[in-house]
Amino acid sequence: MNAVQSLAHFIPESILIVTGFLILVLDLFSKPKRWLGWLALAGTTGALAYAAATIPGNTLPLFYGYFTIDPFSVFFRITALVIITVTILMALAHKGTPPKQEGELYALLAFIGTGLILMAASTNLLMIFISIEFVSLTSYILAGFEKHEGASNEASLKYLLFGSVASATMLYGMSLLFGLTGSVELNGIRDALAGCGNTGPLLLIAMALLFVGLSFKISAAPFHMWAPDVYTGAPTPIAGFLTVGPKAMGFAILLRVLFIALPALQKEWSSLFAVLSALTMTVGNIAAVSQTNIKRLLAYSSIAQAGYILMGIAAANAIGLEGILFYIAAYALTNLGAFTIVIVVVNQSKSEEISSFAGLAKRSPFIAASLAVFFVSLAGIPPLAGYFGKVLVFAGVIEQKLVALAVIAAVNSAIAAFYYFKVVKEMYLTEPADSVPAERPFPAVLATAIAFLAIAAIGIFPAPLLHWASRSLIF
Amino acid sequence: MSTLSLIIFLPVLGMIGVLLTPKTEVQAIRRIATIVSAVVCALCTFLLFRFTASQPGMQFVEKIAWIPQINVFYHLGVDGISVPMIFITGLLSLLACVASYGIKERVKEYFALYLLLETGMLGTFCALDLFLFYVFWEVVLVPMYFLIGIWGGPRKEYAAIKFFLYTLAGSIFMLLGILALYFASTPHTFDITVLSVNHAFALGFQKLVFLALFLGFAIKVPIWPFHTWLPDAHVEAPTPISVLLAGILLKMGTYGFFRISYPILPDAARWFGIYMAILAVIGIVYGGFVSLAQTDFKKMIAYSSVSHMGFVLLGLAVFNYSGFDGALLQMFNHGTITGGLFLLVGVLYDRTHTRDLSSFGGLGARIPVYAGMLTVFSLASLGLPGLSGFVGEFLTLLGSFVTYRWAAAVSCLGVVLAACYLLWMIQRVLLGPLNIQWKSIAEINRRELFTLIPLLVIIVFVGIFPQVILNLFGPTTHALVNALGGISQ
Repeated sequence: MNAVQSLAHFIPESILIVTGFLILVLDLFSKPKRWLGWLALAGTTGALAYAAATIPGNTLPLFYGYFTIDPFSVFFRITALVIITVTILMALAHKGTPPKQEGELYALLAFIGTGLILMAASTNLLMIFISIEFVSLTSYILAGFEKHEGASNEASLKYLLFGSVASATMLYGMSLLFGLTGSVELNGIRDALAGCGNTGPLLLIAMALLFVGLSFKISAAPFHMWAPDVYTGAPTPIAGFLTVGPKAMGFAILLRVLFIALPALQKEWSSLFAVLSALTMTVGNIAAVSQTNIKRLLAYSSIAQAGYILMGIAAANAIGLEGILFYIAAYALTNLGAFTIVIVVVNQSKSEEISSFAGLAKRSPFIAASLAVFFVSLAGIPPLAGYFGKVLVFAGVIEQKLVALAVIAAVNSAIAAFYYFKVVKEMYLTEPADSVPAERPFPAVLATAIAFLAIAAIGIFPAPLLHWASRSLIF
Repeated sequence: MSTLSLIIFLPVLGMIGVLLTPKTEVQAIRRIATIVSAVVCALCTFLLFRFTASQPGMQFVEKIAWIPQINVFYHLGVDGISVPMIFITGLLSLLACVASYGIKERVKEYFALYLLLETGMLGTFCALDLFLFYVFWEVVLVPMYFLIGIWGGPRKEYAAIKFFLYTLAGSIFMLLGILALYFASTPHTFDITVLSVNHAFALGFQKLVFLALFLGFAIKVPIWPFHTWLPDAHVEAPTPISVLLAGILLKMGTYGFFRISYPILPDAARWFGIYMAILAVIGIVYGGFVSLAQTDFKKMIAYSSVSHMGFVLLGLAVFNYSGFDGALLQMFNHGTITGGLFLLVGVLYDRTHTRDLSSFGGLGARIPVYAGMLTVFSLASLGLPGLSGFVGEFLTLLGSFVTYRWAAAVSCLGVVLAACYLLWMIQRVLLGPLNIQWKSIAEINRRELFTLIPLLVIIVFVGIFPQVILNLFGPTTHALVNALGGISQ
């Protein structure tokens, strides 16, 4: 499909791009810039509504086949739009954004939303690289957005340095892969590999290098080192976004690369990902136990969550893959909800220590109950969305008889429950230092309500989302 | 809505009602919780009488597709094993709810969580789909954490998280076992009734799954050596929660054996029988000796639970009619008796604010009604003929005598030990010179009596007419023994 024809199927992304530029222009003329956030929200909501209303039934190769709108990318397109919408709500609720730069923040969020969708829709190594870089560069800026905060600067710089190395490594892997197969198209790579049946060492090296870059994106151990510092230093709404947005789309790319380009090597990579999965969840969970900073705790928790999702890749069967999509959707909503509550609490206490949650249940019962529900969902306790995602990836692993991985994951789940309930304990069992109820900015209430209702509804009636996830798997 | 769904979800409705009531309206909140529990209790009693014991298979069945992609059904039903459990859950939930009037702090949250807990417990005993069973099983966990952690004693935080993590760790392995069963069955199913009929699993697979499920159930029972969470949880939990913990939650573990492990994994069950008997005997004797050494009233009762639940496990391990009947009856009896004992400890603690056995003495003369109650419940617990405790333990020992004679012999020591620690407790609390500190102690009041009388009636009735309740579940347990290839006596 040529560029002009493609635009008709590129409307949600176009809405985001137009919204972004519009905000940049209006930013010049408006003094209180808060309303630009609402404008951005209107843009993303519009894009979401359009995307949800016009789900194409067939596969559309857009822009001469560089992007593909298929059921898989539609799933991630809608996920990305939900993520970006909630992130904008979080940004609106967050205190601490430099007032002068507020407009740019919303513009960047609109742009990065486009980048996320492009990541999930890329079916070509070049476009994969470019879309990853687009999202990464924007993320570096967003992480350092509070430019007067030392931690924010540090986060940005660290992210940039680690990210550049990872990108370079990945690019090298891609170039090797291109050299070996003569194609940058994922389909072309698959055909070339199927034709020659060659799984020589160079191919394995190329694959490994490619995975380094993608593991960085999804913060899988041992490429997770950047994550805790970046998530802690970045402004809270951005930290929340980074734990879900790039990660979810990183998984989307990983799935595409593995199942479209490299099915010939499935034996090799599935055992590799079994090891990575066990390592990632263990590293994340054990490090999380001793954290006293809530953002750092959530950072390590999000590393561990990536480990659980990787179980689905290690299993590489239908139920495991459905589990990955389900898990990503559930995890994204839950984590964004949790970060929203962190914003609400930190706005008031100015402290990110877990102790600032003391007695929250007495001060603000709704806020506390929401966070408790989010943590229960992250811990994988029924009947919430997180539980069902976890059951599916466990099921995938059990079906493949990867008993060792299943046992490691089970032990990890118990460890995870410990630190999630450390915060719950602080909220419910510890007496509050004062009785001032937390302020509840409207955008935060809205974001919390969306996340809360969604994970409760998905948990009690998982069938529709599961149905959608299984229809979205095109490989 | 059908009976079982109504029973399970009425408490959730009650919870919503409680949440919608302003937190200052303490009376209204209590009233809502009590009315809901009372209606549930009435429905459970109705179920008990409407249940046809002679009819094989599940009754009051409800089956609706829940997650069709992976064959998960909202599938409920009851048989002779679950009906007594549901009845006692309904009853103890009502009594413990009335006993909860002593809770003064954060009343709204308390009753909301309490009702959620009730839903979880009832659902566990009604579920016939493994997936659904697991969901209800876990739903019990979170409210329990809060109920111990917020309203508990001085070391409540430690006790709550210990209970929570222990049980959670066990139940995640149970989940792995459940998933393994799902994938091993053709067509894939979580349906307990289907899996129970389809005995085609290889022994090696059965053993593995049995162990995974065992971890979940054994921690809940708790079977020695997985019992260490129990004394902490019991001592720190507020009285009504101790009652539910001992009376119902522990039974969820042994119920799991009856409902899932045994029917679905019969070969593994027989293979592990001897080991279960060994663990049971250790639990019985160990629990008895440790109870004897306790100076804390509540801790003593807690450890006595380890001993008494050992009898249930022993009955389960012997694969004959008497053993299974005894185990199930012991589950029922332990719920009523130990529930009553925890209530009685609570009555005393509310007045004296101590549970140290050596600080009492001579209370029998001061508060004779209380003394009478405590004596009867203790005698029932130590297995005095004529009261219900005797029948359960006797049947269990009878059953084990057939299969493992040594186990029966050693377990008798548990009965002797029970007599020692319970009578010694009575001596220390009720007899001897009056501790002058308690000379104006108040007699048990009407509300407290109300929570105890129904249990007392059941204990005496079952003690005298055990046949009534044995007939209720006999056909089911006997069918289970036959299906397992056990001994028909």
